[in-house]
Amino acid sequence: MAKDDKKAAFDIKQPRNIATLLSVFVPGLGQMFNRRFFKGILLFVIAVSFLMAFWDYIDIGIWGLFTLGTIPREHHSIQLLIQGFISVVVLFFGIAIYIFNVKDARNDAIAREAGRPNPTFFKAMQDFYDRGFPYFMILPGFIMLIFVVVLPLAFMVSLAFTNYNQYNSPPRKLLDWVGFENFVNLVNVDIWQDTFLNVFTWTIVWTVVATTLQIVLGLFLALLVNDKRIKFKRTIRTVLILPWAVPAFVSILIFSALFNPTFGAINRDILSQFGMMIPWLSDPFWAKVALIMIQTWLGFPFVFALFTGVLQSVPADMYEAADVDGGTRFQKFRFITLPHILFATAPLLIMQYAQNFNNFNIIYLFNEGNPAVRGQSAGGTDILISWVYKLTFETNNYNMAAAITIIMGLVISIFAFYQFRKTAAFKEEGRY
Amino acid sequence: MAMNKKTKSRIEVTFIYLFLAVMFVLIAYPLLWTVMMSINPGTNMLVTKLLPENPTLEHYKWLFTDPGSDYVIWYKNSLLVAFANAIGSVILTSLVAYAFSRYKFIGKKYGLYMFLLLQMFPALMGMVALYILLSTIGLIDSLAGLTLIYLGGQIPFNAWLVKGYFDTIPKELDEAAKMDGAGHLKIFWTIMLPLAKPILAVVALFNFMAPFMDFLLPRIVLTSPEKYTLALGLFNFINDQFSNNFTRFSAGAILIAVPIALVFLLLQRYLISGLTSGATKG
Repeated sequence: MAKDDKKAAFDIKQPRNIATLLSVFVPGLGQMFNRRFFKGILLFVIAVSFLMAFWDYIDIGIWGLFTLGTIPREHHSIQLLIQGFISVVVLFFGIAIYIFNVKDARNDAIAREAGRPNPTFFKAMQDFYDRGFPYFMILPGFIMLIFVVVLPLAFMVSLAFTNYNQYNSPPRKLLDWVGFENFVNLVNVDIWQDTFLNVFTWTIVWTVVATTLQIVLGLFLALLVNDKRIKFKRTIRTVLILPWAVPAFVSILIFSALFNPTFGAINRDILSQFGMMIPWLSDPFWAKVALIMIQTWLGFPFVFALFTGVLQSVPADMYEAADVDGGTRFQKFRFITLPHILFATAPLLIMQYAQNFNNFNIIYLFNEGNPAVRGQSAGGTDILISWVYKLTFETNNYNMAAAITIIMGLVISIFAFYQFRKTAAFKEEGRY
Repeated sequence: MAMNKKTKSRIEVTFIYLFLAVMFVLIAYPLLWTVMMSINPGTNMLVTKLLPENPTLEHYKWLFTDPGSDYVIWYKNSLLVAFANAIGSVILTSLVAYAFSRYKFIGKKYGLYMFLLLQMFPALMGMVALYILLSTIGLIDSLAGLTLIYLGGQIPFNAWLVKGYFDTIPKELDEAAKMDGAGHLKIFWTIMLPLAKPILAVVALFNFMAPFMDFLLPRIVLTSPEKYTLALGLFNFINDQFSNNFTRFSAGAILIAVPIALVFLLLQRYLISGLTSGATKG
């Protein structure tokens, strides 16, 4: 109602309002009123074919999104859910075209009111191409991104609010929206609570310790090799980068064999010399130690290469000034080198933490998250993401897996937040 | 006094070299061990030796000639996906990055933030949905489906990287070309792309290597052994009978690792400069 009143305040006879209203009711009609017939017909045809092609699909999809189906065996809740999300995406594109149509009618009418003649067909196409160009450029990538990344994430989020698990799964049964029940179970039901707490703690410890170790080792080596007195720098750097160059899944599987208690070289060839046998794969503590060592081996070369690159950009005159003032080597490192390189690489270092937080490959390939732990549904070295994998593909606890995924998403958002701030700070500074 | 300083310096340098030597051993040991395993005769891990008395290339031969080995097929599959992924991702991301670097449009600012956020979420989080989506369009257990997922998933990170690089190309260049009557695509093709070659090479290389290294996505998408990529094939190879197949696995792994490592070592400096200039300059 309020909208109608507002419209009435304008002069309804003004061409711009007539054109706008016509296009609001029938896409393309406003354009024809503006005597832009080709464009009008085109928009009309697009609108009609959109409705004919998608009306039923969207109708069922949106209905499915809310109800998840009403007749077991006939309605498949999961397919309805997916259809619902796709409908939302299609609808979004439809609305975008519709809004463009209304705005376009209005703009053309305003131009006509100002007495500007309608452009020729060729000129109109040229204008459309010019203004639409960035959208054409991003469209293919955007569509892929929506279907491959955004839609699956949205789907996963929505599963966390359903009761989808191995006992309650379509097509035999219908799913229901259950609100926050899964999250409540995660912290209230004993078996979930214990497992969640253990896995979450280990995930944090893993992320912090493994990432920090690889950064410290990388930094230390970068400083050593950067020393003026060291020769053969290129060769040394090449060797130090090797662990990064070898595909990670190969190295992890090799380490998995090396650490194998029965035939692995670490127990058989090295530790046996000292009369030691360490249960690397069957004892949770030693498995964790092994994982952290392997990740340090895998991860330090990237940090090393990064710091090596940045170290060369530290202005030499700053060190000269420090020498004049009689600064010690540690002072030079603490007050010149460290701030400089950390500032330049902070966003990438934060990414390292985020990557290890989600480092499925190493956990799964090394020992599949094992050894098993009594009374919990995750193995002793499982981190959140590998636990989610097991819940999804091994025990089909989709709802719980999704709930944990959301919690992981929240943690990652914290990383992302810091990344934004660091990147923004970097941009403002803008001197590198 | 001067002598003293010199001695101190020498001791320091010695310690640095010592530390580096320890690192060399730590790095080389697992790699050399694998090489040695691959030339050990027989397939039983328990009788392997670090220095085999009669080294053999039988495992390499086995991979390529034995009817029980799918290694060549896996290699072919990986190459196929890798080429498609490298070419496709360069096209997709350079288009997106061009728009984000040079044009104003609705949603530009939020689009950039969305990329930054999305690149942190691993594909695994949406795995169930991807599986169902691919099944509905009939692309499950197909290399095309796998490639599509790779192509979509790489956009946030690489678009950010390439956009950062495009931003460093002076705008005056395209202004001048525009004066000369060059269109949008012509500027893109004759100015932006040639100048951005280093970063595009990095993107191509990264996406070429990804299918060789990724094991998780193929595991979920591909089900029949003749569709496997190398990483998945080799994993399944040793998954069941670790100790029995490891010598063959070593041979197979070396044949992947060596070419990838070589290309990588040749191109890594572009990567580093790309990361430090692209990812941070926003």
